[in-house]
Amino acid sequence: MTFLLQQTLIYAIPLLIVALAGIFAERSGVINLALEGIMIMGAFIGVFTVYLFQEAGIFDQDSGQLLMLIALGTSAFFGALFSLLLAFAAINLRADQTIGGTALNLMAPALVLFLINLITSQNTMNMYTGDAASWFMIKKTDLGFARTQDLGVLGETFLHKFYLTTYICIILYVVLSIILYKTRFGLRLRACGENPQAADSLGINVYKMRYAGVTISGALAGIGGFTFALTTANCASTGEVAGFGFLALAVMIFGNWKPLNTALAAFLFGFCKCIAAGYSTIDINGDGVYLLKEIGIDPNIYRMLPFIITLVVLAFTSKKSRAPKAEGVPYDKGTR
Amino acid sequence: MERKSPLLKRDATKTILASIISILIGLVLGALIVFIVSLTNDSISVKGGLEGIALVFFGVFSTGRNAAGALTFGFNPQNWGNLLFRAMPLMMTGLSVAVAFKTGLFNIGAPGQYLMGTAATLFTALCIPTSVVPAWLVWILALLAGMLAGAVWGAIPGILKATRNINEVLACIMTNWIAANLVTMVFDMAEFMKNAEEAGKVAYVKKTIANGVATSKMGLDVIFPGSQVNGGILVAILIAIGVYILMTKTTLGYELRACGANRHAARYAGINDKRNIVLSMAIAGALAGCGAALYWLSGNTEFYWSTYQTLPTEGFNGIPVALLAANHPVGVIFTSMFMSLLNISGLQLKTLTAYNEYITDIIISAIVYMSSFSLIIKMWLNGRKKKAAAPPPKADDGQDTGKENAQ
Repeated sequence: MTFLLQQTLIYAIPLLIVALAGIFAERSGVINLALEGIMIMGAFIGVFTVYLFQEAGIFDQDSGQLLMLIALGTSAFFGALFSLLLAFAAINLRADQTIGGTALNLMAPALVLFLINLITSQNTMNMYTGDAASWFMIKKTDLGFARTQDLGVLGETFLHKFYLTTYICIILYVVLSIILYKTRFGLRLRACGENPQAADSLGINVYKMRYAGVTISGALAGIGGFTFALTTANCASTGEVAGFGFLALAVMIFGNWKPLNTALAAFLFGFCKCIAAGYSTIDINGDGVYLLKEIGIDPNIYRMLPFIITLVVLAFTSKKSRAPKAEGVPYDKGTR
Repeated sequence: MERKSPLLKRDATKTILASIISILIGLVLGALIVFIVSLTNDSISVKGGLEGIALVFFGVFSTGRNAAGALTFGFNPQNWGNLLFRAMPLMMTGLSVAVAFKTGLFNIGAPGQYLMGTAATLFTALCIPTSVVPAWLVWILALLAGMLAGAVWGAIPGILKATRNINEVLACIMTNWIAANLVTMVFDMAEFMKNAEEAGKVAYVKKTIANGVATSKMGLDVIFPGSQVNGGILVAILIAIGVYILMTKTTLGYELRACGANRHAARYAGINDKRNIVLSMAIAGALAGCGAALYWLSGNTEFYWSTYQTLPTEGFNGIPVALLAANHPVGVIFTSMFMSLLNISGLQLKTLTAYNEYITDIIISAIVYMSSFSLIIKMWLNGRKKKAAAPPPKADDGQDTGKENAQ
């Protein structure tokens, strides 16, 4: 059970934060198809930061958390920087946002693989030394508990063998959701995604708001990318994030562009991913029976499930969809 | 005067100019990256950087290195043959994206349609024994199966768009990943199709030549010795011309384009817009599936089926092919060849210098980025023309006045 919860968390957290990235961009009126590309960028930048600092020998294993925080910050910064490309095309040049996003999705893996190949002469960039678990994972012994102490299901899940990124992402998610709904800035941002003309007539700078939306989106997707690399790929970058950016889009749509629903969707889809990844080794209630293996459903079905669910939900709720009304439409002051 | 100088003022000329500007900016960016890397990376000299730039622009003419270690250039039949071979699937996915664009739909689902086409083609080509059915008939059946699978996969987002008004981009993203997992699952089960003869090969499907099915070379291997080219490229070009005729000379093509120009006006004029949206996506899917079929039926390539984490680049690269050609089916023939030319340059970079082939993908993505605002480039071209010579007042078609307003 603990294992199941922990694995679900590992898959759900990147989805959660990247889906929020999607919400911020779309709520401001810009479709951010580039989530996948920005994640790839963030993952690479984070891993590369770790690599550089380890190569320089600045941090040792005891200060791993500090190194992780620096890497996380760097990937957020570069994610935001990379997303400016989309913002510039979509907002200033009034370009087609889907094509702009697709361009970024093509650019990120190309650039990342080009650089990784130059640096390491192979298609993967690993940490310079050690592995993610020994450097960045927090165990209950680190928190002062005895190795043999049993903390119960929840304690074992949340206080043992976890990454700090999990809590950073959850806190960010809560804080930013509150900002989006309870502050003046959030209200203005959402107004620009619903009716930019009306927002403009009330003195809100639509361009600025959309830039803010896309930049926040880029930073969050960068964080999500590094989180993904850290927790599921042993802090390695390979120029892909296994379609998590697109899955996050599905999470956002399934969550109807609202933070609370999206959080639930992220855990549901993370659960699907978790089952697909380890269905034959998951022992749900600890009685030695591998129930999922005995049911014998192909793991590909679990991987497919989130996308199928999203399509079906889209098909049946398209009338009630709360998609921002002005998303994907370049703002032109001249139109009414 | 208006009749005398139409060439430079024509919309088509501006479109081509805009494409060329996009391409040039992409290439210059690629060359710049290559050069900057040579300055910052100790293991690559400045001379190596200059060689890299030469290959970015003229890689297809490369004939390797001579005894003195300098790059040599000339006619390399192997490069040109491989260029045609790699252009084949790109041409079809480019057509797929272009047809959908003409109907006002963005077919980002080409990768999924390509994968479904791949699976259907390989199953048909490997499962029908050529001892019973003649090989040429199996080839045709496999091609049709690939097209059918692609069409079905393209029609799903089309139906959702037509009946439920779901954004086709979102639906296509979902169907892409469903296809990626579905194809992996299907080949997971089909033990007999796996290439078990060669040791160390995991997750590869047999070549179709194992069943005696392969596209005829049609004499192209004589012109381009040592390359992978085959008659499929001729089929692809014929299909491109066919699509051009379909889109411009037939009622169906007119209806499809009318839906793309203005769906509501088309419906008002009595055109069944829903049917046309589904049809357009189905045709787009069939074209992408056909690209897959032509590629895998060449018989000398093996399909890596464990694709559940990645989508085929041929599908995504159809987008720049279509964009650069401004969605013109005949233009797609040339832009797909240009794209595969970049591919060849990348391979030459990899084999001859310390760089790797991913520089090609960077150039392609830069071109896609540029073409997302090709309208701006066109407007800029318009503006320059006006400054150069005050244009006579002309009765524009609707498209041009629209741009005028946007300015």
